Amino acid sequence: MIAETGHYALILALGVAIVQMVLPILGTRLNDPRLAAVSIPAAQAQFLLICIAFGALTAAYVTSDFSVLNVWQNSHSAKPMLYKISGVWGNHEGSMVLWVLILALFGAAVATFGSNLPRQLQANVLAVQGSIAVAFLLFIVIASNPFLRVNPAPFDGQGLNPVLQDPALAFHPPFLYAGYVGFSMAFSFAVAALIDGRIDAAWARWVRPWTLAAWMCLTLGIAMGSWWAYYELGWGGFWFWDPVENASFMPWLAGTALLHSALVMEKRDALKVWTVLLAIITFSLSLMGTFLVRSGVLTSVHAFAVDPERGVFILGIMAVFIGGSFALFAWRAPLLSQGGLFAPISREGSLVLNNLLLTVACAAVFVGTLYPLALESITGEKISVGAPFFNMTFVPLVVPLLIAVPFGPLLAWKRGDLLAAAQRLTAAAVICLVTIIAVLAVNRSGPWLAPLGIGLGLWLICGAATELATRSKLFDVSWSETWRRLRNLPRASYGTALAHAGVGVMVIGLVSTTAWRIERIEALAPGGKVDIAGYELVFQGVEERQGPNYRELAGQFAVTRGGAPVTTLTPSKRAFAVEKSATTEAGIHNSWRGDLYVVLGDPLKDGAYSVRVYFNPMVRLIWIGALIMFFGGGVSLSDRRLRVGAPKRAKARRVAVAAVSK
Amino acid sequence: MTRKQRRGVLIGTCLVVLGVAVGLVLYAMRDSIVFFYSPSDIAKMEIAPGQRIRLGGLVETGSVKRDLGTTVHFAVTDGAKTMPVTYTGVLPDLFREGQGVVTEGALTPDGMFEADSVLAKHDENYMPPEVAAKLKEQGLWQEGEPAGASGGVITQ
Repeated sequence: MIAETGHYALILALGVAIVQMVLPILGTRLNDPRLAAVSIPAAQAQFLLICIAFGALTAAYVTSDFSVLNVWQNSHSAKPMLYKISGVWGNHEGSMVLWVLILALFGAAVATFGSNLPRQLQANVLAVQGSIAVAFLLFIVIASNPFLRVNPAPFDGQGLNPVLQDPALAFHPPFLYAGYVGFSMAFSFAVAALIDGRIDAAWARWVRPWTLAAWMCLTLGIAMGSWWAYYELGWGGFWFWDPVENASFMPWLAGTALLHSALVMEKRDALKVWTVLLAIITFSLSLMGTFLVRSGVLTSVHAFAVDPERGVFILGIMAVFIGGSFALFAWRAPLLSQGGLFAPISREGSLVLNNLLLTVACAAVFVGTLYPLALESITGEKISVGAPFFNMTFVPLVVPLLIAVPFGPLLAWKRGDLLAAAQRLTAAAVICLVTIIAVLAVNRSGPWLAPLGIGLGLWLICGAATELATRSKLFDVSWSETWRRLRNLPRASYGTALAHAGVGVMVIGLVSTTAWRIERIEALAPGGKVDIAGYELVFQGVEERQGPNYRELAGQFAVTRGGAPVTTLTPSKRAFAVEKSATTEAGIHNSWRGDLYVVLGDPLKDGAYSVRVYFNPMVRLIWIGALIMFFGGGVSLSDRRLRVGAPKRAKARRVAVAAVSK
Repeated sequence: MTRKQRRGVLIGTCLVVLGVAVGLVLYAMRDSIVFFYSPSDIAKMEIAPGQRIRLGGLVETGSVKRDLGTTVHFAVTDGAKTMPVTYTGVLPDLFREGQGVVTEGALTPDGMFEADSVLAKHDENYMPPEVAAKLKEQGLWQEGEPAGASGGVITQ
């Protein structure tokens, strides 16, 4: 009964979405505000209905209702509750329901909180949002129905892929989708502006918070995914340039560019056409990600079930939305008023450079991800494009961007003074140089570029601090005056500084792990020892243990440092009987210096085991950096909400801000 | 600066960045791409020792032998030809004889394959699509077997 209710709610939601797609457009064409206003309750109703469907599916999972095919295929009664719930989106059909749920959530938010939007814009945005919902709801109802029954109901389920039974991965997809799908907002606004043939600075002010919220979620989602891969897949890496990882990374790069270009549009009324194009590109990349993961064209860590029919369906959706929006862009973009050109050395100029480098870096990732697919379909040759390609293309494009980041916020709008900005950054540059030399002096091992990389990370952090110091006139005025200025700085400034510093923290983590990682592979009999990075590990043997839905073979490693006991690590190999699968659980000891990471390998002769031990210096900073970026976004968002809520007050406020920053 | 100059600077910067990017991509394409071969391909194709390639097929039954340390010897077969492989390290959880496998590494001058990574998927019935396609060509594997049909995970 519950499953049928969910199915019914999905079909109703499809009907409502069709209404939401058609009536507002009709209303704005016929100049009938009542018809256009239907979009608001329609978006809200659609959200409620999809909530019901999602709730129904969750209920089926929680109660282990194996008469539902989807639950039977992906769950098991012995699974812990958390993974029963996360099992809802641990499979293709359920994750599609989550996808449309988030889509509808964003639509409902625009309907409910968008009362300050111009009526026509709001109606058009909701209509576009509705059309995306129609496409994907149709897809679910026709080709991926999660509510199909099996009769007779099987006794117990087949279980969820064990590597997905993990806390970080339970929350990874919701955040990732909130990011992916959140970019649909920017897309809908862009298409609505094209339909209107009108766009102004206010448009950017409305688009930016939605884009920022989506960007925050995507940042966190990607970081969680990489953290999971790090500790769960058991080979100590955090990013593999796997096609599906790239599929989430490309929208992130384009979305980051979009955030920055929308800033230029909001403040300077320029780069309009580009911003609209970027909004379309960002969501197109999100759609492409959805396609790549679900069509089975890729061999990947994250790919869902292979089903060509579904792939073709999503390809069709992609063709309609990407093709349609680009055609609309080509047709209507010339109508949009052009902004003025500006001086190359200015805040706008620096943001254009940011956009240029980010989009080109994104294009490099795009080529590396799709080239193997294209080559295989044309010539039949199979190749793999791995980390070396991306290190050679992506990294050289991003490094100049990172070097330029601290300059951007120090340049004034319209006409900046590069020399003055450089002078302000002198202190930061000196700190970085000293650090680079110190690192070189202390640590001669590893690639010679590594100390420069550490310097680059520090440069970003010091640059962010310099911006705050400059704005608060540190050392130029009294301490109390600086304190007062710091308190009065708009939150968006703190957000920017935090996000940029977060990138710096991440760079330090990436560089030190990549450059100075130590790896040992040993055959250890009980009593055997490994020395690594100042730690001494003693293998004490293995024991069998029983978990809730698995059996595991756990190795015991006593870890000491300079004779003092540190911890006992128990890496294990788990065997999941139901899923007929196995996983490797690494034993990890965290510290600020770095992670000690132990993996238990295969049994060898005479009770020995092959054991892999890593020391990953400062690897934590990668995820801490991502968290800082997330919080930076949040701080910035909390500022903007005020301005979006009250556009009039915003004007006064902005004048005040301008006065402060002069 | 005049309007014209500003536009010039903008277009110039774009061209420079694009040019650099295209150059980097082309350069990386030449040097860092890894081709996928089956043992039969390798027998046919004269691949230079040291060139990075991926080798895929089935782990030949009875071929897995361990040294005293962590080095493993096994053979990858596609039915027609067999390629001996050595690998030092920890094998993935679902590395089994008779199962599909993809290894990456290079040929040694004496015609062995030295792998530095071994991929097997976290699924009993898994067969990497590349391997399945090659095996289909050899007629060793038919459509309809569950290979590769369910979502799984690759580890290295």
